[in-house]
Amino acid sequence: MLMRKFGKWFPVVLTGVIMLSGCVSGGEGPARQTSATEGSSTISASDSDTIKVGILHSLSGTMSISEVSVKDAEMLAIEEINKAGGVLGKQIEPVIEDGASDWPTFAEKAGKLLQQDRVAAVFGGWTSASRKAMLPVFEQNNGLLFYPVQYEGLESSPNIFYTGATTNQQIVPSVSWLLENRGKKFFLLGSDYVFPKTANKIIQAQLKAEGGEVVGEEYTPLGHTDYSTIINKIKAAKPDVVYNTLNGDSNVAFFKQLKDAGITSEDLTTLSVSVAEEEIRGIGADVLAGHLAAWNYYQTTDTPENTKFTAAYKAKYGADRVTADPIEAGYTAVYLWKAAVEKAGSVDVAQVKEAAKGIEFNAPSGKVTIDGENQHIYKTVRIGEVQANGQFKELWNSGEPVKPDPYLKTYEWGKSLGAN
Amino acid sequence: MDMFLLQAFNGLSVSSILLLIALGLAVTFGLMNIINMAHGEMIMIGAYATYVTQNLFLSYMPSSWFSAYYLVALPAAFLASAGVGWMLEVLLIRHLYGRPLDSLLATWGVGMILQQLARTIFGAPNVGVTSPSWLNGGVAVTESITLPYTRLFIILLVAVVLFCMYIYIYKTAAGRRMRAVMQNRNMAGCLGISTRRVDGLTFAIGSGIAGVAGCALTLLGPIGPSIGTYYIVDAFMVVVLGGVGKLIGTVTGALGIGVFNTLFETYTSASIGKVLVFACIVAFLQWKPRGLVALRSRSLD
Repeated sequence: MLMRKFGKWFPVVLTGVIMLSGCVSGGEGPARQTSATEGSSTISASDSDTIKVGILHSLSGTMSISEVSVKDAEMLAIEEINKAGGVLGKQIEPVIEDGASDWPTFAEKAGKLLQQDRVAAVFGGWTSASRKAMLPVFEQNNGLLFYPVQYEGLESSPNIFYTGATTNQQIVPSVSWLLENRGKKFFLLGSDYVFPKTANKIIQAQLKAEGGEVVGEEYTPLGHTDYSTIINKIKAAKPDVVYNTLNGDSNVAFFKQLKDAGITSEDLTTLSVSVAEEEIRGIGADVLAGHLAAWNYYQTTDTPENTKFTAAYKAKYGADRVTADPIEAGYTAVYLWKAAVEKAGSVDVAQVKEAAKGIEFNAPSGKVTIDGENQHIYKTVRIGEVQANGQFKELWNSGEPVKPDPYLKTYEWGKSLGAN
Repeated sequence: MDMFLLQAFNGLSVSSILLLIALGLAVTFGLMNIINMAHGEMIMIGAYATYVTQNLFLSYMPSSWFSAYYLVALPAAFLASAGVGWMLEVLLIRHLYGRPLDSLLATWGVGMILQQLARTIFGAPNVGVTSPSWLNGGVAVTESITLPYTRLFIILLVAVVLFCMYIYIYKTAAGRRMRAVMQNRNMAGCLGISTRRVDGLTFAIGSGIAGVAGCALTLLGPIGPSIGTYYIVDAFMVVVLGGVGKLIGTVTGALGIGVFNTLFETYTSASIGKVLVFACIVAFLQWKPRGLVALRSRSLD
């Protein structure tokens, strides 16, 4: 499928090269390749007639379930921009690489994109592990990475733009909302790796400061499927809220068995931060109906931009496909990069970064702004309830985009967390 | 007290799932001495067979019949997995008897191929099966104790499968032939038993039971290409702990692991509980290398 897409672009790119370069190299196909691979100091991504960008996601392996749709959204944005005339009058040429759900591969492919393909920016990554693996590569090669997924915060790199939520744009406000609306006693349940552990550390500190109480904390290995003991522990602890940071398949087993044990969303509130429309398709809407999630975007988010976005996404990839928060963040990232490049008038990394400060874009999730300090973006927080049709109904939103605060410096209780 | 009762039931239900998965393996590994790494994929085939049956019912049957799909799915899962297992035996395993390492690698390869095949046919994302309506809810024993119907059903299912296995292996002529071939292949062949047919049939039955396990698992969690890999280690643990070659060993092995896993998990966490169980198994096998119930047979000397 990818090859077919490349095949579609190749003639377009080739004719562009031939016509505009005045047939200097005799119009041979390899002309385009040489200019890309030589990568001498005079040739940068902008000197040719296209601007190359990298797309680096897991197209195979365990994470491909989630990441392929983000790649699809990024390709959609590139296609739309190209149709509207491109960036700085040039067409965007995507170079797609497969991170294969393997963190060293992500680092290696990032190096290849920056050194060999000389891309102007890379859109990619999903797990925190993949981001942490790519981070040093982008810093050493002075590249630009746009990372589209909500994460645990406590990080900021001068070479990464974070277009997913940081903790104060998802977890912290949702905990406050739960304390206000659902009760004080929290049960923390998560998968056993960096994101849930850091998230729960933050929740612990916040609950302590805001008068909540943790009545249980459990972690299960990724891929765990027997939740009967944990459900019994939840029953025994009698929490008001289960704060769920489980990832992947485990969510399916957990919610199915919760339902089997006779616990419905009326008996117990659960709020998940990794269950979006895509996951609901796999779990089954009947099992999840009534449970809550916190994100910045839902397919049902009511903005004119979203109506357009979901229609375009479904038209391109099929009516049965759904959009979700990371998909929207990947799509938005491409547009933010475009805006920054156009403001800078160049794809030079330093100039783009300088120009990116304060850039605004009307994304499907509402207005987003790049924060000049930490290269995260302002996002609106939304708490949604799963409906019987697998879509979310928004129960609450923050009203206005929330300033990103990855180190939680604005919170009294968060100061000690950011320090380490 | 409630917690204790719930956990006791829980241990039993975890054991029953382990037993159902390990039963098929007990036949192929325990009796035939084949390390079948594709056993997990037989579970997967059973699970997808359930999914396909459900979809067929959704599209071709009146909606009032829908809840009956599960009764059709059980034999369908058995037949689908048994069919694939039989083909696997004829095309591959047959040529690898007596070479456990080769069979390990070859079946592992087959397992990966089957997984990729499932990914191609059904797509990478997980699919779900709607539990039939007569399995929704549970028996409320006291106010705080609810025993889910799905778990009770699985326990019942395991009991039935176990009973059938017992009858087949110990009370029928075919079972007697099977035991004869497993204990002394040459002698059995000399006495006129078609060892090839027995091998194929045995392997098909082992795979079919894995298919039933896959069908049962759809009641608890998602169906994905890698559904079986998660359980395969546990299943081997059950068979090795229980002692190779005896049905009763598999039953005690599954009960032991299930109950201890639940017990440890109650007082520690899911990860540590599992580590403790495995540590106990390793320690136990130091003391009794042949497992809980050792088969007395010259063929294993």
